[in-house]
Amino acid sequence: MNATIELEATGKKSNFEILPKVTPAGEISGEFLEVSMGPHHPSTHGVFRMDVTLDGERVVKLKPVFGYLHRNHEKIAEGTAYLASMPYTDRLDYFCSMTNNWAYALAVEKLAGLQVPERAEYIRVITAELTRLQNHACLCGFLLQDMGALGTPLMYAFREREKILDLFEALSGSRMMCNYMRFGGCRVDLSPGWIEETKRVVENFPRFLDEFERLLSENEILIARTQGVGVLPAPLAINASITGPMLRASGVNYDLRKADKYGIYERFQFRVPLGDHGDVYDRYMVRVLEMRESLKILQAALRDIPPGPISDPKAKVRNFRPKAGEAYGRIEAPKGELGFYLISDGSPNPYRYRVRPPSLINLTILEDMCLGHIIPDVVVILGSVDIVLGEVDR
Amino acid sequence: MLGEGIIKGMTETARNFFGSYIDSDRLVTVQYPEQRLPLKENTRNFPFLVHDGDDPEKGLRCVACKICEKECPPQCIFIVLERDEKGKPQKHPKVFDLDISVCMSCQICVEVCPFDAIKMDTEFELSHDDRFRGLLLDKKQLAKPNHYYHKIHPVEAAEVDERLAAEKAKAEAKAKAAAAPKPAAGPAAATAGKPAAPRQPVPA
Amino acid sequence: MQEILDQLFVLLKAWLVGFFPLPWQPLVSILISVAALILVFALLFAVATILERKGLGRIQNRYGPNRVGPCGFFQPIADGLKMLIKEDIVPSGADRVVHFLAPIALVAPVLLAFSVLPYGRNMAPIDLDAGIVVFFAVGAGTELAVFMAGWSSRNKYSLLGAMRAIAQMISYEVPLILSSVTVIMIVGSLRPIQIVEAQAGYQGWLPAWHVFTPWGLAGFLLFAIAATAESNRSPFDMPEGESEIVAGYFVEYSGFKFALFFMGEYFGMFAISGLAITLFLGGWHAPLPFLEKSIPSYVWFFVKLFGFIAMFIWLRGTLPRLRVDQLMNFAWKFVLPMTLLNILAAGLWRFLPAGATRWLVCLVILLGAFLALGRSMVARRKWSPRKYRFAE
Repeated sequence: MNATIELEATGKKSNFEILPKVTPAGEISGEFLEVSMGPHHPSTHGVFRMDVTLDGERVVKLKPVFGYLHRNHEKIAEGTAYLASMPYTDRLDYFCSMTNNWAYALAVEKLAGLQVPERAEYIRVITAELTRLQNHACLCGFLLQDMGALGTPLMYAFREREKILDLFEALSGSRMMCNYMRFGGCRVDLSPGWIEETKRVVENFPRFLDEFERLLSENEILIARTQGVGVLPAPLAINASITGPMLRASGVNYDLRKADKYGIYERFQFRVPLGDHGDVYDRYMVRVLEMRESLKILQAALRDIPPGPISDPKAKVRNFRPKAGEAYGRIEAPKGELGFYLISDGSPNPYRYRVRPPSLINLTILEDMCLGHIIPDVVVILGSVDIVLGEVDR
Repeated sequence: MLGEGIIKGMTETARNFFGSYIDSDRLVTVQYPEQRLPLKENTRNFPFLVHDGDDPEKGLRCVACKICEKECPPQCIFIVLERDEKGKPQKHPKVFDLDISVCMSCQICVEVCPFDAIKMDTEFELSHDDRFRGLLLDKKQLAKPNHYYHKIHPVEAAEVDERLAAEKAKAEAKAKAAAAPKPAAGPAAATAGKPAAPRQPVPA
Repeated sequence: MQEILDQLFVLLKAWLVGFFPLPWQPLVSILISVAALILVFALLFAVATILERKGLGRIQNRYGPNRVGPCGFFQPIADGLKMLIKEDIVPSGADRVVHFLAPIALVAPVLLAFSVLPYGRNMAPIDLDAGIVVFFAVGAGTELAVFMAGWSSRNKYSLLGAMRAIAQMISYEVPLILSSVTVIMIVGSLRPIQIVEAQAGYQGWLPAWHVFTPWGLAGFLLFAIAATAESNRSPFDMPEGESEIVAGYFVEYSGFKFALFFMGEYFGMFAISGLAITLFLGGWHAPLPFLEKSIPSYVWFFVKLFGFIAMFIWLRGTLPRLRVDQLMNFAWKFVLPMTLLNILAAGLWRFLPAGATRWLVCLVILLGAFLALGRSMVARRKWSPRKYRFAE
């Protein structure tokens, strides 16, 4: 199928792969162009690669290729102690290490039957919602960056993210790789003044959101670029087991914080924004609205957090051997349902360790969303999926 | 009307442009080598070994129990136990190497150490032109005095000292009780400022 | 004194030319003009890059470059040095000759376009009767250079970028020329100097610039849109399309060839801004009567040029990029009809008696067209801000 063309000037063979374009009647009526977008393309969010076949600029075939960042996470976890996997989970979705920690801790707590003290539950909710804020803010920034807004919204998002990362640093010692949660609680208690500082950040966050929305949400170019692009119908989304804001943008009311009620989420009043069209604009707006709802949870949690212990006294740091059995812990991570499936055979290492990465599963329908659109749309659709390659490739 | 959203966005960027000259909240960049942010109490980067007193060799709290070596997720610690001429273990590391090009600053070694011997440093300007030997820290480079620990993590260090003192007192009381029938055991165990007896690995 | 200051460069050139024998004088005069043009615009390019980077930085709440020299103002020198000593990589599959020629073919026509613009009183390098036509003719040459670059690189991204560039630049050439036709109709001349002179004088405080008439304002805005697209600036930077096709047509260029592309793009921006100033913003005329004599004319030209640069930077810092097909739709279904109606409005303006009536007639035509075309464009695609429902 591949033809090479000889260059007239130099006589060299070109590296173009040209596929003949065949009409339904069987005639060759032109050529397709195969372009390999990635793994070092500026807007594939890391080392993702798409082999796209183009008719002009229109996509007729798209093959996602990943694995460039494969780090053998699951197999390493099966060879090390339960606790030693915790810092590795930070590196799955490196934007949201707190929620990754939580999902893993939840799975192990189910496996070992540990009870999480009240204060630790509150801290978990606060850190998870802060993570959601910074993840969604950055995602919206990246999405607009992919649309060519030259980093302005992204820089505003990073400015706010910095404040949240400062909070994480004060809490856990590290800005991104927090490694903060432990089985049956959290590692250290809140440092003095942390609650007040967080309250201040949460109070100022709506100002940023308003600014962000004024900047581009009603912009004609943004609307033209995103509305009706990359439509994901609800049945397809459900069949492809899409979760998170992407699913909700398609109009399916499924939020694990409501559906599963893990942790103490049933104590908080919040709403779940739903989109009706399932296009890129809905995915963008659902995330913006989710940030506003997260702020409500944060305000309530920061108000109600009780004093007390932060860790289950039964939890052990060393020689941790949960009894044989299996457990699946899942939470609503900013990107979707993040689950950890563990099988224990009573030894210090898990017998089987499996991650359900929301980024990877949300990525599976990329081709369905992209077919028929052109290259600029592909980039925007990929941006709206919200992937982090650390989690896709593991 | 067409163009309304564009004008709205333009006013927002104009506000940010002028705001960056008057509002410090809009210009948050820290000009790093000249300006530095104060390090936070919990900040962690790479581990270091705490030693009591002035002699980094003798005062080392580490007893080469190798728990951290075993628990370290990326396996970046390498310890060799010191033995005297007869081959008797000395409760002291002969070699303690830590490869900071492998270390992922997870703090698990600190959590599992029963002797409070290894703690997290906040030093982050560690770039080196030799990426093999330069990033492999040995015992000499890792050993830092207790007052340094107090300087970088004041609250945590105070807690640790308190706990160690309490344990020491307890051990001394125990030794005293044991000393009645056997007077030789007490002084030998209490030298060098180390915990009198290796604590039994207790669940944290 | 003010007269001398205003004519400083003209007198300087005449004095220099006087040293040469008479038959040589035309050639020397041209050479001096060329050297001055290249020097001034190369300097302006350096200043524009640093202003752009610092301005964008401030828009994005950061400092921008501030390490080289005072406040980072020597950054362009450092960048230039870096570009000069970088390795010049030519892909093995590339067509070497065309690959080499493309950046030169981009910069040369733009420099030619500078030759017809009047920069101050008596300060047009060449006084051509068909100056505007010459400008558009040489300006169209850049399209060829862009396609040469994209095609010769043997890269799929650069090919896509070149295709986009050709489609975009040819499409926007039409509204660009049609929007300047209004001025040519009213002034009745293709000579840039005459167009500037037609905008001399003041009505009260308001200068008699074309932009202060309804057709002139509409023409100016349409010209500005087309000029942004023509000079590949955001939000019409599809040929470059960094987040989509990496760097578009110059993806395979490095070192000084890349710098030439960069420079050609900025030169194109300056040239087209200069034309907009000549056509609509009164050229080198001062905005207020009492400033006309006290500040030299060329200063006003460059002040207006900096205004344009600031506007370009501001747009770039705010707007996302349009999509290729939307860009084409916008050109053919919105900008082109608007320019045609603007020509009608300019014709009416010319033949209606001066007064409120012709203002009203022109405004009604243009505003009505703007609203109708804008609404139809949005309504056809069902584009609108949305309401969202919430599940409790």
